Amino acid sequence: MKNQTLFFKNKPRIVSGMSIVGKKEGDGPLGKYFDHISDDPKFGEKTFEKGECKMFLKAITGAVDKAKLNNEDLDLLLAGDLLNQLISSSYVARTLSVPYLGLYSACSTMTEALTIGANFINDGHFKLVACATGSHFATAERQYRYPLEYGCQRPPYSQWTVTAAGCTLLSLKGEGPAITHATIGKVVDFGINDLNNMGAAMATAAADTIYSVFNDTNYDERDFDAIFTGDLGRLGAEILRDLCREKGLELGQKYSDCGEMMYKREQNCYCGGSGAGASASVLNSFILGKMQAGEYKKVLLLATGALMSPTSSYQGETIPSISHGIIL
Amino acid sequence: MTEQQTKEINARNERYNKYVESVTPKTGTFVSLLKAFVIGGITCVIAELIGDGLSTLLPSLSDELVSSYTSMIIVSVAIFFTGFGFYDVIARHGGAGSFLPITGFANAMSSAALEYKSEGLILGTSVKMFTVVGPVVVNGIVWSTFAGIVRYLVMLIFGV
Repeated sequence: MKNQTLFFKNKPRIVSGMSIVGKKEGDGPLGKYFDHISDDPKFGEKTFEKGECKMFLKAITGAVDKAKLNNEDLDLLLAGDLLNQLISSSYVARTLSVPYLGLYSACSTMTEALTIGANFINDGHFKLVACATGSHFATAERQYRYPLEYGCQRPPYSQWTVTAAGCTLLSLKGEGPAITHATIGKVVDFGINDLNNMGAAMATAAADTIYSVFNDTNYDERDFDAIFTGDLGRLGAEILRDLCREKGLELGQKYSDCGEMMYKREQNCYCGGSGAGASASVLNSFILGKMQAGEYKKVLLLATGALMSPTSSYQGETIPSISHGIIL
Repeated sequence: MTEQQTKEINARNERYNKYVESVTPKTGTFVSLLKAFVIGGITCVIAELIGDGLSTLLPSLSDELVSSYTSMIIVSVAIFFTGFGFYDVIARHGGAGSFLPITGFANAMSSAALEYKSEGLILGTSVKMFTVVGPVVVNGIVWSTFAGIVRYLVMLIFGV
């Protein structure tokens, strides 16, 4: 088996992290961990797209402020979102006027950005790199599904796109948690074609990357204080547990899914949250907080992404998915 | 990829799909049917009441005009409900009971019109207004044309 994992000897560290969420996410179980909760889904702007941009920008400037730095100190911005042509990320990069690489890996963009960013920092190419992703319920809904006010029923296993953005600043300096390894995932497709069941499609990618992480690093589930996936949802998380159990791997209590954690059951969000903002906001609030408090010492984060588009699905294609893992 | 590998992958995918289907929660058919019946039924009862009210208030109206006015009223109400943001809440429970009646059509069009207003009245609302109802309109016209032709042929052959 080929090695898919990068080992970072120089220990790129998380200088600061910022998370911004919408009201529904703020009302969820993780509400108290987020840095900022906005009651206005448009964030004071005229359209949802512009609102998403503003949320995104606030996440980045917030992280910079927390580190007591200026926007000019950023050497590179690695960002991605779910909208066509990456408009949110690119318009934010326009405002910030810093070197920028736009990334798309659907909902696994956060760990993709961290993988690339950590590598740049580790090799000394840049001193301060911002990694940010976000997603917005209203903009994703119109791009992937129906108009917001259209009355349609969703199956009970569907997921709710989170309105959230998160930004992580990486540098060699500081005392924050270090990214020690990053595992680049393979695109996996087990023939799932139900667009409402992306958790089932992505669980296979998460399982594939978990094996690769354990295989490449010689760690196993006992070495971690916690293992998180990005947005598999309740059903996808159960499927991942089953897939791992098949290979003799018991994930147990250590494992949680960021999307599933996002909402309470009574919030009517079906199987939980999905979207690029899920892993980004949970990493920069809950996970980072627990690491800074010393409760978690070693964490595996596997953001998961479904790489289809409405066009490919209408043409009868199945859902390919990917998961990149990072070890903190 | 060799044929053998393709076969193996297909078998693996089939196994996985079967497994996924077995763990995926289903929508309860009975509850869904009941909810659709109740909500669809209530919509129709309200429409009937409006129709009866109209013919009592304005006895000079022909039956045809009464049904047209009733449709107009119920469609307007559905559009208002969409605009105020509670049609989708009803439809989440109603399912077919709320999208099959004429109110569903009104909701589908007005929700698209609202949604795409952000791109302007021409390029947004006007262009995208039919995104959801387009298939209904197209199929409605195509199949009613087909039905018309069949009816015509029946008349030619059987004379009725």
